[in-house]
Amino acid sequence: MEWVNAVIQGILLGGLYALLATGLSLAFGVMRLVNLAHGDLNILAAYLALVVVTATGANPLLSLVLVVPVMMIIGFLLQRVLLNSTLGGGVLPPVLVTFGIAVVVQNVLLDVFSADSQGLDAGPLENASVTITGQISVGVFPLLTLLVAVGVLLGLQFVISRTQLGRALRATSDDIEAARIVGIDHRRIYGIAMAVALGTVAVAGVFLGIRTTFGPSDGPQRLIFAFESVIIGGLGSLWGTLVGGVALGVAQAVGNQINPAYQVLSGHLLFLAVLAFRPSGLFARRTARET
Amino acid sequence: MTVSATTSTPALPPFRVESATPASRAVAVVGLLLLAALTTLPAWGGSGTMKLLIEFFTLLALAQMWNLLAGYAGLVSIGQQAFVGLGAYGLFVCTDRLGLHPLLAIPVLAAVVALIALATSLFAFRLHGGYFAIGTWVIAEVFRILVSGAKEVGAGNGVTIQAVAFLGPQGRLALTYWLALAVGSGSVILVAWIMRSRLGLALRALRDSEAGAESLGIDVFRTKLAVYLIASVGAAVAGAIIYLLLLRIQPNAAFSVDWTARMIFIVVIGGLGRIEGPIVGALVFFGLRETLADFGSLYLVVLGIVAIGLTLLAPRGLWGLFLARFPMVSFGSQRRLVMGPDVERRQAT
Repeated sequence: MEWVNAVIQGILLGGLYALLATGLSLAFGVMRLVNLAHGDLNILAAYLALVVVTATGANPLLSLVLVVPVMMIIGFLLQRVLLNSTLGGGVLPPVLVTFGIAVVVQNVLLDVFSADSQGLDAGPLENASVTITGQISVGVFPLLTLLVAVGVLLGLQFVISRTQLGRALRATSDDIEAARIVGIDHRRIYGIAMAVALGTVAVAGVFLGIRTTFGPSDGPQRLIFAFESVIIGGLGSLWGTLVGGVALGVAQAVGNQINPAYQVLSGHLLFLAVLAFRPSGLFARRTARET
Repeated sequence: MTVSATTSTPALPPFRVESATPASRAVAVVGLLLLAALTTLPAWGGSGTMKLLIEFFTLLALAQMWNLLAGYAGLVSIGQQAFVGLGAYGLFVCTDRLGLHPLLAIPVLAAVVALIALATSLFAFRLHGGYFAIGTWVIAEVFRILVSGAKEVGAGNGVTIQAVAFLGPQGRLALTYWLALAVGSGSVILVAWIMRSRLGLALRALRDSEAGAESLGIDVFRTKLAVYLIASVGAAVAGAIIYLLLLRIQPNAAFSVDWTARMIFIVVIGGLGRIEGPIVGALVFFGLRETLADFGSLYLVVLGIVAIGLTLLAPRGLWGLFLARFPMVSFGSQRRLVMGPDVERRQAT
């Protein structure tokens, strides 16, 4: 029963990882940009929520109405001002610039908020649970997280496949020259894509902030979890990212069940195993490996 | 360095390819003199100067190795701290557990790390570009977690190297200094030599166009693997020398991403894909660190902003800006075609 419980907790945790990974997957899918500041921006969103909560006394979930738009504006500006000019010039510039952003964000947070761990308090919601059978009960909050993750993915899927913006995103991703010929301003599209990516990062940041504590130096680990979800699921597939997140969550929960010290390690080992035996991911879209 | 003259084919005028320049010969002479002077430092320098220079030379070596990896082979790794940490623990195991002299420990750990790097390449080389960067980071994290859990090497608390006490404090400092000097200058010479070799030509072709290089018969995978192995072993040797000075090894510090961050900053500030880059970058890095020492984490913010600015505005770094104004080739790693009737005569001399 303990093991079944661990797997269920892992699946729910995986929803959070999928939410965390969506922005990374989107930025790579649209602009072929690997954002090394992803994790630190995620932590930044959690601190923004903390500021809003401390100032207003509101529930952290309510702070999303402020944190998400702010992160979207940050994303749009980052892309337009810094990141657009790194694209198209080889692998080095985007990696170096986003690494620089990561270091700057991390150390500014350290300077402003100190190294102390913080948490977001969502009140009684955090401890509420639904009993399924005698020995298995599921927390309401983790369940909500998974539902939000699926909701965000469904929303994104809808935008990408059904709307004018989605068409422009797909066109720019497939062939930037052709997209420009038909009048798409790729720089603006990239800005919007990064805004959407950081919007999902903000949601993930607040939910993770409620679930666990966070500190200024936790960004890299968030980046790594997001990245592992993307690779395990398969590049270029949003639903693959969900599968990857869930697989990572289950691996970590099972590792934790064996020995709490192995939680993070077992996630890494699953990632390495996927790299070795199924490098295109569990759920790869065929066209995703063209670049 | 002179590469054959094919005068046997009558259709071709006499030619040869040379890479040395008057400037590169001058740099070689000045460099050798400087090296000779620095070698005698333990006889007259203070221990503070020696410690600072040990740090400088080992960081220079780390940055040279990262530059070889990222600047020349396009393999942007954020996981080189794996090899710094393995070098540190390798030194501990070789000296304290196996009882080897540090001078013998370094080649032994270098050989072991080469094998480990070969194994990690199996995973890392499945990824490309930015994902290679994070993948190498994950691999470094795996090493950090594994070592943090290994009671044989003190688990999370780490270990202190004790078996080198027989050298005495002054003897150990002098030995560490000479090793650092050797690895620092050795890394510069190694990269200069690589860039003049066949491997260097392959790397240049690869940097311009991977597909083009492949069509010329260059084995892209093996070229990149060779660079990855050299850079990893180099980082491990530098790491071992750093910890021969520090003695106290803790997994979180030895496998910290800060090592790679320093390499990146030094290389980006000095100039990517240039042998001179890490030298300039290391000097600037040390200067910045000493001036901003009182500002705590702000110094990393400044470094980050400088790195972003340089990448966007001057991707060849400070050395690139300097070269644009004063063109010269100080390490003579660029090949030039020399043609004309005097070629034969100059070859005879």
